Amino acid sequence: MADKPVVVVGAGPAGLCAAIELKKAGAPVVLLDENDKPGGQLFKQIHKFFGSREHKAGTRGFDIGTGLLDESLRLGIDVRLKTEVVGVDPGLRVWAVEDRGRSYLLEASRLVIATGATENALSFPGWTLPGVMTAGCAQTLVNVYRVLPGKRVLIIGSGNVGVIVGYQLMQAGAEVVGVVEAAPTLGGYGVHTAKLARAGVPFHVRTTVARAEGGESLERATIVGLDDSFKPLPGTERTLEVDTICLAVGLTPSVELPSLAGCATTYVPELGGRMPLHDEYMRSSVEEVYVVGDTAGVEEASTAMEEGRLAGIHAAWSLGYLDDAAMEAGAAETRRRLDALRQGVFGKKRFDAKSRVLEESHNR
Amino acid sequence: MNVPERTLKTKGAPSLGELEAAGMLPGLEDLKARACLCIECVEEIPCNPCETSCPRGAIRVGSPITNLPALDRDKCTACGLCIPACPGIAITIKRVEGEKATIRFPWEYLPRPEAGDEVRMVDRLGRVVCPGRVTGVNEAARNDRTAVVTAEFASEHVLSVVSMQRGPR
Repeated sequence: MADKPVVVVGAGPAGLCAAIELKKAGAPVVLLDENDKPGGQLFKQIHKFFGSREHKAGTRGFDIGTGLLDESLRLGIDVRLKTEVVGVDPGLRVWAVEDRGRSYLLEASRLVIATGATENALSFPGWTLPGVMTAGCAQTLVNVYRVLPGKRVLIIGSGNVGVIVGYQLMQAGAEVVGVVEAAPTLGGYGVHTAKLARAGVPFHVRTTVARAEGGESLERATIVGLDDSFKPLPGTERTLEVDTICLAVGLTPSVELPSLAGCATTYVPELGGRMPLHDEYMRSSVEEVYVVGDTAGVEEASTAMEEGRLAGIHAAWSLGYLDDAAMEAGAAETRRRLDALRQGVFGKKRFDAKSRVLEESHNR
Repeated sequence: MNVPERTLKTKGAPSLGELEAAGMLPGLEDLKARACLCIECVEEIPCNPCETSCPRGAIRVGSPITNLPALDRDKCTACGLCIPACPGIAITIKRVEGEKATIRFPWEYLPRPEAGDEVRMVDRLGRVVCPGRVTGVNEAARNDRTAVVTAEFASEHVLSVVSMQRGPR
């Protein structure tokens, strides 16, 4: 048993932190990621993070990513890139496919699933035209591949993802011609929306995209006002010349692997929809399987890192690599930092939602 | 008292009235007396680099870190270290000297402005308010790639100006 490694799937902020805590405790750990570079979405984040000093506030996301990578290298963690996990069986055998060529089974003592979330799409006439993409896609293009997807951008959705990506597209030289939001009020942090507002970007609340048009690719978008029941208001259509539409309409936890592993799920709208249940140590309904980060309910990179640490500490303890006192102290400290991130007008909603998840997990 | 127009959650930026109601902005008399920190952060988000960046302990967030920052103007020396530290790009320093106002504001766009540049100062909704002139650009390493730009403009616009218009790249 002791020889089997803990397998961590997903080398984003949550998975990296879980693997780091496990390795620090002396547990054998294998970290798998389908990409050719670890870090998950951290390397796309060129803005300074919120939080406090202990959450690396004020540090740009990619610098936080570099710090975690350096630490994982220093600790000698077995990181296997270009490795997709396509299956898990009840005996905790993990089916990995390396470089789309070699397939093998890994027997795990514990499994930590940190596979993140998937961006939601929005369908409307013309949504398949080249130029219509998710905000995360535009962010990858501009910040990872350094390709500007377009010059005139319309953002659909005013949550933090939409407005952060809008700001970054302007930093890269594009114009954001507008942000539309179906709700009556904007979703993202006011300090984020204010960056766009002072750059002259118009926000349109109670508005959605009606259609996108163009020949070979996107050339214009028509937006339309919405009534109180989100129905289009006749006579409020406006056409904007754009070559890019970024869809920033939320994310959904990637629950494929937890489902395969037999983890019970629940539906929590505030955390992105269907997600695996977990307890206060991030343990799913299957005792040996942990779920962390956006997979365990969509939040932020800073909360993902803390959840990863929590699971890593508990998994190490469950295998005998930490004593009770060290585990409890580490868990309490991590939870304190997590709670600090789940306060205020924005965090409270997530705190309450997470509390419901814990309660449901205990009542099973 | 009139309820101020609330624009933060509809137009993306707070109105002057919203900021004044939150008690966050210096008054004209303060601005004439000395350089004043303007923290435009009116939502409870988990964030405190303004507090930890201040060598004088003039900004207090405390616990929980979702508290709004509270400024002790008597302790603030307007050193400006908090300007690039704020992840929200929400802090400026303004001052009025006769007909001339000075603003120090964070700037994360390219190309970087240079001292002597003639620019257009904008308000919170990006509307051009008046012409301005850049007098300095601080790109110290500790700013971590957030430039701090100093610009001068006509002092009658000091309450509405927050930044400058972005030029073509």
